[in-house]
Parts: sequence; structure tokens; C-alpha cells
Amino acid sequence: MTVKIKEFPGTSLSEKDFDEGKILFNYDELKGEFAWDTGIAIGSYLAALKEGLILGAACYTCHKIVTPPRTVCEWCFDPMDEYIPLLDTGVVNTFSLCYVTWDVQRIEQPEIPAVIMLDGASSLDSGPIMGGIMHKLGEVKPEKVHIGMRVKAVWKPAEEREGSVTDILYFKPIEN
Amino acid sequence: MSMRKVAVVGAGMTKFVRRAQETPKELSWQASRMALQSCELTMDDIEAVCLGTAPDAFDGVHMNGEYLSDGAGAWRKPYMRSYVGGGTGVFVPIQGWYHVASGLFDVVLVLAEEKMSSFYPHAQAAFLTIFDHTTERALKPNLLWIFALEMNRYMTTYGISKEDIARVSVLHKHNAAKHPCALLGDADITVEDVLNSETLAWPVQRLDVSPVSDGAVAIILAAEHIAKRITDKPVWIEGVGWSLDTAYWTNRDLVYPRYVEYAARQAYEMAGITEPRKQIHIAEPYDPFDYKALHHLEGLQLAERGKAVELYISGAAALDGDMPVCPSGGLLGVGNPIAAAGLMKIAELFWQLRGEAGDRQVAGAPRRGVAQAWGDLMQVGTVVIMGR
Repeated sequence: MTVKIKEFPGTSLSEKDFDEGKILFNYDELKGEFAWDTGIAIGSYLAALKEGLILGAACYTCHKIVTPPRTVCEWCFDPMDEYIPLLDTGVVNTFSLCYVTWDVQRIEQPEIPAVIMLDGASSLDSGPIMGGIMHKLGEVKPEKVHIGMRVKAVWKPAEEREGSVTDILYFKPIEN
Repeated sequence: MSMRKVAVVGAGMTKFVRRAQETPKELSWQASRMALQSCELTMDDIEAVCLGTAPDAFDGVHMNGEYLSDGAGAWRKPYMRSYVGGGTGVFVPIQGWYHVASGLFDVVLVLAEEKMSSFYPHAQAAFLTIFDHTTERALKPNLLWIFALEMNRYMTTYGISKEDIARVSVLHKHNAAKHPCALLGDADITVEDVLNSETLAWPVQRLDVSPVSDGAVAIILAAEHIAKRITDKPVWIEGVGWSLDTAYWTNRDLVYPRYVEYAARQAYEMAGITEPRKQIHIAEPYDPFDYKALHHLEGLQLAERGKAVELYISGAAALDGDMPVCPSGGLLGVGNPIAAAGLMKIAELFWQLRGEAGDRQVAGAPRRGVAQAWGDLMQVGTVVIMGR
């Protein structure tokens, strides 16, 4: 069929077409505001972050400890209603050096998002599930970051914490 | 389980472009019309319509299915939109397949459309809302993060170099140079060009990534007794599979896509495939980023874990190789209008298996191919096996 058809529809526009006013378009802004209830599990998680603790949820049926907390274990569908503090240390499972923001603005100094496998949670050393958290790394030169690096959370001062994942400022390397 | 045989009998697509003058409705109609004309049917012959399109946020139109309905030819017909993120383009033909396989309908139009350019100033920002609003969005994540995190985990675990991963982007863009609808086909691009492109989120560089695009693709599905009247070259849907892994993506190892394996095993079992590396002759794995093609080839059981890149190094992945990968040019080359990009892979297998792919035609009169897409926040796998 591609050999049978010579002309395909679809008209490509260029920035120039817009700059020269050749194209009419309708510009609008959609505004939406939301207040999301945290629920039982994440509510507990956020309250604990305010106290300087990272909570995990434990499933004693299939033996997993993961974070963030949730009310159901999706692996066995039993309740996950026991929330226990994990350590605020762990291992860098993976990371990136990111030179663009969420809305594609360029930045000179990269953000360092990472997945950190937290101590006290399920570990990839013993199975396919891990208690990993997405956060950022700080107090480290980008070229020094590596997978397997030990890190520890750096918290906001207690009086500034508000019950948010940003109560952890970032994770920094643990000095050997 | 009693199921009827289902064939693809027609296909059509628009060019994939950075910014289309046409509206989403207009793109939809153009692709649908071309698919109908390709098999000499009219809208009167179509009994039901399946639509795939990705997040409403791109268009700023709530209930995008209804918005697109006239371009999709859906009025006064059973009509349903499906959406599984980036996996949509290979899920929507599965939806069409069970419409026909079940005996409910004989002829179904399957359409996938995406117009990403409407989101202002860049579609990337629309992706912020795919992250969990309470536990993740506060960190201002970028969609590139998850790809960069996954790519780093994958390449570091297996010791694969960025030079070798760049071969994927180069081959796909070379193939796309032979596709009449491609946005980023480039016959001259080299590994050095990829490695010298702007670093967005290390290890991801500009030319490791597929482009934001507008476009639409449509196919026609028919039950066996109708398909044989319509064409002497039906291409059968031999197997389908889909699967979801945990949405808590930081709770699993990103090194390997289990959800693709589960979806592939479902599809292979249905198609009676026991040795995919021998029985599959063309692979169209989902390739929004170059490493993703490798990741998915491994999930599809077409390479050992960590070894998919050897298909590119050895030349097996080339158009004249033993296992051509993305002969279309893939998302990296043809473009990535999300849902339409997945269905483009189905259309490519249709053309390849009929021997109608022109300059892109793979060698050796292929008998069977696999198309796969991936989506949601990185946990959906959708797989279709097609054969003649």
C-alpha cells in the first residue's frame, strides 16, 4: 500500500508560518484547581515526614516492605495496614543528571533525580521488589555520583517541615 | 475458547509532522478515509469503530473520543475509545480484534490519532500530571527523568556503552529516510551525531529521543469470510497480549520490562509460537528512546537480557538482516504522535508482510512479525503478532 500510494495527507507548519501571521489559531488558558485528600496511607506517610521519618508499609502475608505506604498489597491483595519507619539511608539504584526542568527550561547545573533503595525495606538482593523512593541528590559533584553509592536524607529543620515529600531536601553521600 | 480469525485488510496514515495545520478531526478523517480506500470499502461497510488517543491534556479537550467522533466515522455506530498511555496504539487494534474475533462485528475501523502540538509552549509539561500528585509531583519531575533513570539502570547493569545504544537511533532514522510519512528520517546520521547532540538528562541526549509529533493512522479489520472477499492478501492477527506491572515504579528494578514479557508470552501462546527468535521475522518494538527498543526486544524474548544491542552490532537488525528491527523507522525516525505511533507499527507489519513496503521492504519474504508498545508511567506492555 505504501508503494501504491504516492501522496500522503498532513500539512506541516513551521515557526515561520506563525511568525509571519499566516496561521490563525485560538489561544486559551485552562485553569484547574484541586485539593487532593491524602487518604489513610499517604496521610500517615506525610504526617511521619513532618516528624522526620520515612514510613513503609509491610505485608506479612507475602513478606514485603515498600514505600510509599498503601492500604492494599497489590502482589497478594491482602491489607497492608501496618506502617513502620524505614531508615533514612539507602543505596542509589539509578540516577540521572538532568539539564532541563519539567517545562523544558535549560539549566546550567543539573538536577540529580535518583531512585534510592531505602535501608529497612525490601531489597533487590532478596527478590524483584524493593522499597525505592524517587528523590534528588545534593552536596555531591555530578561526576562523582554512581549507582551503588550510599546516601542519607538531608531534612528541613523540624519547624519548617509541612508534611510533604519536600521535607526531605535531598539525599547526600555518606562519607566513608 | 472459540474465536474467529481476524485479518487486517487495509491501512492508511497521514504524514507525521511537528505541527500539523489540520485539526485532530481532520487528521482522523484523512487516515480513516485512506484506510477505507485502500481496501475499496466505504463507511457503510464499517460496523463499529475503535479509537485510540492519549491524554486529553494534549488537546485541552475533555472527552476527546466524542470530539473526534465525526473524523472517526463513529456516528450511529458502536464506538469506543481505549487508552493505556503510550501502549494505546497497539492496544486499540487488540480491542478491534476482540470486537471481530468474538463474532460481534464482521468489519471494524481502528483509528489512532494524536495532536501534541496544541499544548503550549511544549507538550512535555502536560506530562507532569502523570506523576503521583502528592508523593512525586512536589519534586517537579520531568518525563525525561524516568527514561534517564531507566536507561542508566539498564546500561550500567549490563555494561552497555552509549556508543552502542546510539546505533539504535542511527538505524531507525536511516530506515525512516525511506518512509514517505517520516518526520526525522536521516540517511546520513552517524553515531557521532547522536553522541554530540545536546545532553537533556544524562544519559539521554537529544538524538536518543523521538520527536513530539502530530498524526493519525487507521486500519480495517475483518472476519475471515469477509477478509477473503476483500483481498487476496489478508494479514492475520495471530496473537495478542497485554499486561500491567506495578504503578509504584520505584518498587521494582527498571532493568527489565516484565510486563512486556508477560504480554509477549500471552501473544506467543495464542499464535503457537514456541521459539520467537526463529518464528518472528520482523520486530517493531516500541522505541520512543533508543535504549527502549533494546529493553523491549529483551522483554519480547527476541534477545537475551542485556544482549539486544548485539542485533544492531551484528547487522541482524538491518533491513537485510536476520531480524529486521523497526523497518518503518520507528518512533525515533517516523515520529511519535503517541497513539498513532503504535498503530503505525501495525500498519508497517501489514505493508511488510504483503510485500508493499517499497524501499523499506525487508529481505526474505517475511512470514510473521511482532509489534509492541509500552506506556502509562512505564508499566504497560501491549503486543500483537501478525502473519500471512
